[in-house]
Amino acid sequence: MLDSSPRMDGLPAAPGVGYKPQHFYDLRAEPGPVEWIEIHAENYMGDGGRPLAQIRALSEQFSLSVHGVGLSIGGQTPLDPDHLARLKHLIHWSKPASFSEHLAWSTHGAEFLNDLLPLPYTNETLCRVADHIDQVQAVIGHQMLLENPSSYLAFEESTWPETDFLCELVKRTGCGLLLDVNNVFVSATNLGLSTQNYIESFPLHAVGEIHVGGHDEDFDDQGAPLLIDSHGKPVRDTVWHLLDQVLLKTGKKPVLVEWDNDVPDWPTLREEASRAAQALAMTA
Amino acid sequence: MTFSQAEFTVALLDPERDIPSNLTDGAGTPAGSRFSVYRNNVTVSLIRALQEAFPLVLKLLGSNTFERTARLYVAEHPPTSPLMMFYGEDFPAFLRDFKPLAHVGYLPDCAKLDLAMRRSYHAADSLAVDPAVFQDAPDQVLTRRFSLSPSSILLRSSWPLFDIWRMNMGQDGSKPRAIAQDVMIVRPDFDPQPHVLPSGAADWFERIAAGKTFGEAHEQTLKRAPDFDLARTLTFALQSGILADYEKKDS
Repeated sequence: MLDSSPRMDGLPAAPGVGYKPQHFYDLRAEPGPVEWIEIHAENYMGDGGRPLAQIRALSEQFSLSVHGVGLSIGGQTPLDPDHLARLKHLIHWSKPASFSEHLAWSTHGAEFLNDLLPLPYTNETLCRVADHIDQVQAVIGHQMLLENPSSYLAFEESTWPETDFLCELVKRTGCGLLLDVNNVFVSATNLGLSTQNYIESFPLHAVGEIHVGGHDEDFDDQGAPLLIDSHGKPVRDTVWHLLDQVLLKTGKKPVLVEWDNDVPDWPTLREEASRAAQALAMTA
Repeated sequence: MTFSQAEFTVALLDPERDIPSNLTDGAGTPAGSRFSVYRNNVTVSLIRALQEAFPLVLKLLGSNTFERTARLYVAEHPPTSPLMMFYGEDFPAFLRDFKPLAHVGYLPDCAKLDLAMRRSYHAADSLAVDPAVFQDAPDQVLTRRFSLSPSSILLRSSWPLFDIWRMNMGQDGSKPRAIAQDVMIVRPDFDPQPHVLPSGAADWFERIAAGKTFGEAHEQTLKRAPDFDLARTLTFALQSGILADYEKKDS
């Protein structure tokens, strides 16, 4: 399967932002260091109107990343053929530089749960996820990137560390990876793991994109810290530091700032992108 | 015990259910309230989607009543597609059958209006018909067929639906009159706008949409509504981009 799916053009090794329609005019007029935008695929699967017109206009100025949140690649049920067809259509007309999805599930049977839900890492789930990635790459005709999840709990039956699981998926399917540094920090804190060990065992050669984003702080029943991947705040310093460490190992990569809830005004988001630009500037 | 997505899904949507037993905090302690993060994400995100999708219903009910109602709807009708822009198709029917709000008889039609506004927003772009076609010879005009553009959506209500919308969402806060109103949602550019229709206009649009010729639609509408004003409705239709070139339904 390796290299069976040609790569897309790829995103520039520069800052990008998760696109929000309220930033349409400001983003175009004063992009600052932003060279690319990422859209959630499902929000642009309507038939027409403003959402599609905005993407057509923005594509003239920025590279585009299509980021799916609804394929349910980690699901126990087969991928939805209608949704795959919609994805193929979106990729055909928007011609993105990258397509990514999550190591998670969101659909069970007929029900779509609108969240990225966790799966155990076993030989069985490995085969199924690999099959699903093969199927997606065959449908879109390109390599996809798979994102590491943020975890709030673990499964007793898991037999693979997450990084080994991702490494094996890369080997079996030829997919690339989207390394979400905030998710690494959130999961490591929540599950009592070391971020250093995670990054060291992560297959960094396969990374095609990096995410940073904000999280909230809470506590579990035992009073242990429980971080929530809320995307509703500035990126924390600890996550920026982790990004620096990752970039030292990977070299320059496309870095996306995600801010999906309580979306701030454009200058505030652009400031976050500027911080990503600084991190990239320090990278050889 | 092995992981079952079915069990996980049921527990997500029903807070009374036990948390699946094979979940831990990563160090062997049962996951406990950690599962609630997912429960909360699912329920809150779906309620938020409904708040965005049904602004008129939200305004009418107020945020507390809306949230309590939406919470029940979400548990009974989780989405069946990842296209969250269309979530809530069953909300009008749910409101119709929801006893605690049965006294607000116009609520289901208001939910239909919210849904239609959203459908119009995401509908395919289409080219409006060229008004010059009405300068053709009378025979040609009378036998011509049209389609309605995908973003034009007709709602027939036995309530003063447009007045209710205008009072709650529009600029003009005058009180609704005790009349039935037909509403046409149009999208001249990108922003859908509801318009109240004069007598007969909804009949006429329905006949045009059903593939009747211009002449047939006019004749049949006049039988039902003798005061139907074709010139007025046609002007509105052309100005608002409602009429599109005819597309056969069966092709």
